[in-house]
Amino acid sequence: MGSSAPTLDRDAAVFAEHSAPVAPSPLPAPTASPPSLTVDLVHVGRTFGERTVLRDVTLQIRPGEVIAVLGSSGCGKSTLLRQVGGLDTGHEGEILIGGEPVRRYDERTAVGFQEPRLLPWRSIRKNVALGLPRSLSKLEGRERVDELLQLVGLSDRAHLRPREISGGMAQRASLARALARRPGVLLLDEPFGALDALTRLKMQDLLLDVHAQTGTTVLLVTHDVDEALQLADRILLLGPAEPAQEPGGAPEGATISRLLTVPGRRPRARSSAEVTALREDLLSGLGVEAHSR
Amino acid sequence: MSPLHTQSPSHDTPGSNVAAGIAAEANAEQNRVSDPHSGDAGSAQTKPAKAPREGLNPLAKFAVGSVVPVALLALWWLVTESLEIFSPIQLPPPMDVYEAGVGLFESGLLAEHMSISLQRVLLGFAIGAGAGLALGSLLGLSKIADHLLHPTVGAFRAVPSLAWVPLLLLWVGIGEDSKVLLIAIGAFFPVFTSVHSALRHVDPQLVEAGRAFGFHGIRLLGTVQLPAVVPPVFSGLRLGLAQAWLFLVAAELLAAAEGLGFLLTESQNNGRTDRLLLAIVLLALLGKLTDALLGVIERKALVRWA
Repeated sequence: MGSSAPTLDRDAAVFAEHSAPVAPSPLPAPTASPPSLTVDLVHVGRTFGERTVLRDVTLQIRPGEVIAVLGSSGCGKSTLLRQVGGLDTGHEGEILIGGEPVRRYDERTAVGFQEPRLLPWRSIRKNVALGLPRSLSKLEGRERVDELLQLVGLSDRAHLRPREISGGMAQRASLARALARRPGVLLLDEPFGALDALTRLKMQDLLLDVHAQTGTTVLLVTHDVDEALQLADRILLLGPAEPAQEPGGAPEGATISRLLTVPGRRPRARSSAEVTALREDLLSGLGVEAHSR
Repeated sequence: MSPLHTQSPSHDTPGSNVAAGIAAEANAEQNRVSDPHSGDAGSAQTKPAKAPREGLNPLAKFAVGSVVPVALLALWWLVTESLEIFSPIQLPPPMDVYEAGVGLFESGLLAEHMSISLQRVLLGFAIGAGAGLALGSLLGLSKIADHLLHPTVGAFRAVPSLAWVPLLLLWVGIGEDSKVLLIAIGAFFPVFTSVHSALRHVDPQLVEAGRAFGFHGIRLLGTVQLPAVVPPVFSGLRLGLAQAWLFLVAAELLAAAEGLGFLLTESQNNGRTDRLLLAIVLLALLGKLTDALLGVIERKALVRWA
């Protein structure tokens, strides 16, 4: 079959990639950077049957902004994200993307899921191509996929199937697929949650690179306080409303319990004094007190 | 039709090229996975190459697979011809069975029995599997069709299929149609059940991802749902084929003037145990051969879609 030589080449490439941090090669020329869009949430809520999950979320997101949504598990972070992407309909209030109401599976947004969700029978290249908008010609599509594979550092892996690559690579492929339609708003649902700590740090750097090159608005759901502090312009903490504000105790459902602006330009040092204070604040907001000494 | 017993030692070879390809691929994958430098540390998705049986080369695999049949043949010879524990009426020696086969072949009857049986199975299987694929897809994809039809199909499935025989004879008559129809009924349910449940259980996360990237309706079906069910559908097809052979014998035992099932009853009535054994061996060979052919198609499909 004569497959030994290509295998060696691949391994050499992997080794080179591994020894440097995941440093995506810059795009040849940032071709017509996509318009980043605003997201306006006006009194957004979501109720499943009897159970209210989200309540009265109001927020304006500027184009190109990175917003991290923090909250304890099951508090409705993903629900909020799914409303913005039109994956789930039936919300209360108004969600506007670029000033227009959100549509079902809104094509102006793209979602990166917690799991890579790649089609196992397709090569990485064809999985990324899945995200291309229908209007694109074949040639344009090929060029864009090439560009994206280069951006996420998977050019030499493009022919492999998802099961033949690692979890971190699969997540990079998933990110490339989400970027293929040049979304105005990129929605990421704990995209690095299932990765090991080291790979997660590399993926965070990759996301910052992607953001620097595309300028897209990013809504990032995470349960990792440090990830939020590292990546976001603002952090939205979802949680129960203060009982004092409402007569008769806190109503059911999570809402914005805090909205913080993270100081400093990215990439941020992972441990400045300011950030440390914010971390304590956020952790206490999540009900973790033991860290203050 | 050539005498099948001369082909029998090689009935597994059509798949050997494909098997070699798969084995080579599995090895390549193993090399990649075991390489400590391959990629990011988060390799939760990479599974170690499975199936040690794919590690054997096809020739060794065939040799290992022949050990038990050869041993059985030797044992058979030992207890009949050598030790004479069994009388030829109870269990004729292997050579007698072989000679019975040669005799039948020379008279032309063997080819006749085998070809009519094969024709009935293939026709019945094609009809039953086709209907199973169609109805299984419909009920697997459409909630309304499922609610409307699944209880009824389930009730029909609960009827032991042989219970249809008297009715079939009454309605369709004793000719070819009733036999083919009975085989089709036998092949239908395994295929229907596998397609239906596979489509119901396509990973909802993949389907949602497909929808999120703008796929719906027929394009979603072709891009996500159908490729996802290829492996279980082939398991269903192979089960259906086995059922088809089962029902062939049932149909031919009950009412037939030719075919391997008829050869069984006729030999029983005439005290020709050698022919009876011959019919059983031929059923085993034909069943295995058709299953192996389907297996070759399955492996090609799995390389492409799984």
